[in-house]
Amino acid sequence: MCFVNEMDYGTPASKSDKSVTLSIDGKDVTVPEGTSIMRAARMAGIEVPKLCANDMVKAFGSCRLCLVEIEGRGGTPASCTTPVAEGIKVSTRTDRVQAIRRGIMELYMSDHPADCPACAAGDCEMVAMAETVGLKEIRFGREGANHIWPAHDGVANPHFMEPDLSNPYFAYDASQCIVCSLCVRACEEQQGTFALAVEGRGFESRISAGMHEPFLESECVSCGACVQACPTGALREKSVIEMGMPEWSTVTTCAYCGVGCSFKAEMKGEEVVRMVPWKEGKANRGHSCVKGRFAYGYATHKDRILNPMIREKITDPWREVTWEEAFAHVAKEFRRIQYQYGRGAIGGITSSRCTNEETYLVQKLVRQGFGNNNVDTCARVCHSPTGYGLKTTFGTSAGTQDFDSVDHAGVVMIIGANPTDAHPVFASRLKKRLREGAKLIVIDPRRIELVRTPHVEATYHLPLRPGTNAAILNALAHVVVAEGLVDEAFIRERCEWDEFQDWAEFVMQPENSPEAVEKFSGVPAETIRGAARLYATGGNGAIYYGLGVTEHSQGSTTVMAIANLAMATGNIGRPGVGVNPLRGQNNVQGSCDMGSFPHELPGYRHISEDATRAIYEAMWGVKLDDEPGLRIPNMLDAAVEGSFKGLYIQGEDILQSDPNTKHVAAGLAAMECVVVHDLFLNETANYAHVFLPGSTFLEKDGTFTNAERRINRVRKVMEPKNGYADWEVTQRLAQAMGLDWNYQHPSEIMAEIAATTPSFAGVSFELLEREGSVQWPCNENAPTGTPVMHVNGFVRGTGKFIRTAYIATDEKTGPRFPLLLTTGRILSQYNVGAQTRRTENVVWHDEDLLEIHPFDAENRGIRQGDWVKLASRAGETTLRAHITDRVAPGVVYTTFHHPDTQANVVTTEYSDWATNCPEYKVTAVQVTPSNGPTEWQRDYDEHSRRSRRIVHVEAAE
Amino acid sequence: MQHAGTEIVSAVSPIIERWRHEEGPLLPILNGIQREFGYVPREALPLIADALNLSRAEVYGVVSFYHDYRENPPGRHVLKLCRAEACQSMGGDLVAERLQNLLGVKFGETAGDGSVTLEAVYCLGLCACAPSAMLDGEVIGRLDGEKAEEIVREVRA
Repeated sequence: MCFVNEMDYGTPASKSDKSVTLSIDGKDVTVPEGTSIMRAARMAGIEVPKLCANDMVKAFGSCRLCLVEIEGRGGTPASCTTPVAEGIKVSTRTDRVQAIRRGIMELYMSDHPADCPACAAGDCEMVAMAETVGLKEIRFGREGANHIWPAHDGVANPHFMEPDLSNPYFAYDASQCIVCSLCVRACEEQQGTFALAVEGRGFESRISAGMHEPFLESECVSCGACVQACPTGALREKSVIEMGMPEWSTVTTCAYCGVGCSFKAEMKGEEVVRMVPWKEGKANRGHSCVKGRFAYGYATHKDRILNPMIREKITDPWREVTWEEAFAHVAKEFRRIQYQYGRGAIGGITSSRCTNEETYLVQKLVRQGFGNNNVDTCARVCHSPTGYGLKTTFGTSAGTQDFDSVDHAGVVMIIGANPTDAHPVFASRLKKRLREGAKLIVIDPRRIELVRTPHVEATYHLPLRPGTNAAILNALAHVVVAEGLVDEAFIRERCEWDEFQDWAEFVMQPENSPEAVEKFSGVPAETIRGAARLYATGGNGAIYYGLGVTEHSQGSTTVMAIANLAMATGNIGRPGVGVNPLRGQNNVQGSCDMGSFPHELPGYRHISEDATRAIYEAMWGVKLDDEPGLRIPNMLDAAVEGSFKGLYIQGEDILQSDPNTKHVAAGLAAMECVVVHDLFLNETANYAHVFLPGSTFLEKDGTFTNAERRINRVRKVMEPKNGYADWEVTQRLAQAMGLDWNYQHPSEIMAEIAATTPSFAGVSFELLEREGSVQWPCNENAPTGTPVMHVNGFVRGTGKFIRTAYIATDEKTGPRFPLLLTTGRILSQYNVGAQTRRTENVVWHDEDLLEIHPFDAENRGIRQGDWVKLASRAGETTLRAHITDRVAPGVVYTTFHHPDTQANVVTTEYSDWATNCPEYKVTAVQVTPSNGPTEWQRDYDEHSRRSRRIVHVEAAE
Repeated sequence: MQHAGTEIVSAVSPIIERWRHEEGPLLPILNGIQREFGYVPREALPLIADALNLSRAEVYGVVSFYHDYRENPPGRHVLKLCRAEACQSMGGDLVAERLQNLLGVKFGETAGDGSVTLEAVYCLGLCACAPSAMLDGEVIGRLDGEKAEEIVREVRA
């Protein structure tokens, strides 16, 4: 078993392209200008002792252990803060610096516990560093003033601080701290939260969270950067304190959001000791958030179901069965249903949580085994408009950039996204760029954190009325065209000039002027004008957007309007610009790529293309249906009508995540065989007849594709607790249905994907092993992938301008429902919460709250923390109110992480005109004071309690 | 005396407004607040952080760095006694001892009756007249036992 050790160069790399040659300990070294002597030495294989430096944060020069001598210069400069210079001769090991280092280390050790538990475990650099510098004795002793002991001779030690155990995941023990400030700098430079500071001065200096608060109550967002940076045992993961140091590790990919961070899973046997972000991970560059870093406990949670289960009726208790029985039962039922109701009466839903290989298999099972195209995926309810809009305008259904691109942006426009909560690691990278001077425009009904957060302030915030996105984008385009800010050369070279002129004429129509749009969007015309000018003239303009764009009746329209704006200003095809959807789930990009939609085969090729179908027909030995199958909402409608009876759902909780919960429940209840393949008895499983236990990302091999089209390896670190990885379960189900599948390893599935999909032609597990990760398209034209797309022209040939007329949604406020509800996410919780609710992350968010403006609250007699009833024409639910001016008057906001809140009981069945993506972000509602749960919540609670009963019989396996 | 939360907000806001658009506004704001209250109330820190778009931690880090910023209200009089080398060499230790005994407080403490706060400073720039002190902003040189008693009488008056 190996341990992934990463080289620490001590200071960050220099970006200079000039090089400098110097001599270190007699060795000639050539490095980029601006490199520190410490880094240059490390590059030459010479390790200079250090405590207060690492290569993730700027050098600070406080520990004074890295002193060196430079010929011809006086003194002993710190090698971390001294840049290289041409021809200098550096000595890192003279007697003089060695003596100084020993003296300094002796002082450090006189105030460091002799019995430091972290030192003993090898999780503290102090003892090791003392050995490195040759420290033999501590002449000063530890009896004098110190931070080590709670009391001296019965008198309380004023310098001692009780360990802070408030954060559920890490402990802060000031007695081991050397105040090197690495944690403070990591919090500032890497994470960008500035939650830590050095308090006091001199001997009284200490690290303080917030205003000397417990970590949990401070501004800390628990990203773990400080713990990772700490060279001592002062900040340590509680899991390491409990379990001891890990024994082996491997690199894998986080299974939470679409950023797709690379982590080292550090293990002891089959148990995860900690997840540490991997510096070479190109999505995260060594950073992490509270979810990926710490919230993996769900993988071993007692709620996980490990045996397959069956029941006749959904009101029966579950009965545990063997895998063979479960597969045979599903195969028999599905074939019976098809015989009885027709070939199209069953379907499948692929998961954005599972690997590319697993998703590919589910759609293959549907197309090859079920003989229809009734396959859909949860991207239906999130980014299907992205797929449609970007395919139509640019020619590919994906973001145009890599995350590194943000380092080159001059002005960033965030539309309908809340990166600090939903994509925290990207948010940190963005904030870093903003602190370097890039400008920010935020278009969001809510004052998200990025609008104003320490050291970051948006130049413009457009707090539009929910549902008016397309109008605002047209107004921005209006200003760009009217004021001559278009990039004519770009358009003439890369787009159809006639189409552009047609579009320009459209946006110039008076109803698209900022003044006209102000009337119903609520955004002042001058703000729209300012934002448009800034985007068009602020250097590289990058647009990042989220579900606030797509989950609308005009989701696809808005995506195309964004594409129009980017093309008109020439902000496509180079680093620092682009149109970037921030994708919600770890593999939502991948699940779309893998042909999960009813009308598309892998690689976004339409099912009606004869040549594409022929590839699969030849390989799979079946005739494929050339008509698109049913989308999720169509499946549910058909179920209610009685023509759709069986569904295989892999890793998605449609009851909780899809709109109009009651309709979903009715559809599921009307089916005869619902198969849920998941980790937990999720809400959808309350309506299932068969439950197939799933496996976590820690238990299987495969790949995830993140929001930047990056294909990252997922590596198995433990045996599946349920017995089989998800791809094996699907394969065995396929075998039970008579298909001749025989994959031995996910790499063989990827080989099939590569052999049949042009944009994945070059992808293989060997390539991923070699490169770490690649961004598709990856084929003979781009053997190591494509970081930035549309570089020399658009994939579809020319960029297509499309008229994007604004049409107000049918969901309108009125006397009965005068407020607009919009929904979102919170940092500590993820999606429907199935994972994060089963971790200690609940300390930050244990219930969904309704955000309401003080004006609306006062009108209704609602006080902070009151129970309120939230009602729309679809349904009603209750939750507690949180009064805040983050939302505008007339707008209320909530999250949907907790099943007992059931926010989607309230959302309606309106959806995007092109893709059926539900209009989650706009629902007309009324809010009234309430005494407690609604009837639906009580009924549902009773139903889910009853339907989760399991009769335990001795499994025969 | 301690101040109520609302009182702090209304008194601190104009001070923040006065300086927030100047270059390097944090120290002038903190000075202004200490002038107003005699100390920097903890409740003021989040207000400053919000106005300057800093984190609470950063503001707290700065406040706690400077010994001159008090966390709690001082007594009616503030006596600062120089404890630096020149004053020590001229008998400052004895004066320090004497003042602590007479006032019944140690350095950094406020008398129980709220009459005086005793603080140590390190050089008032008055080494020629060592040992020296500063009472409510007025410097006093050539301290001895008699002058110490005089100071005590004054603060107790």
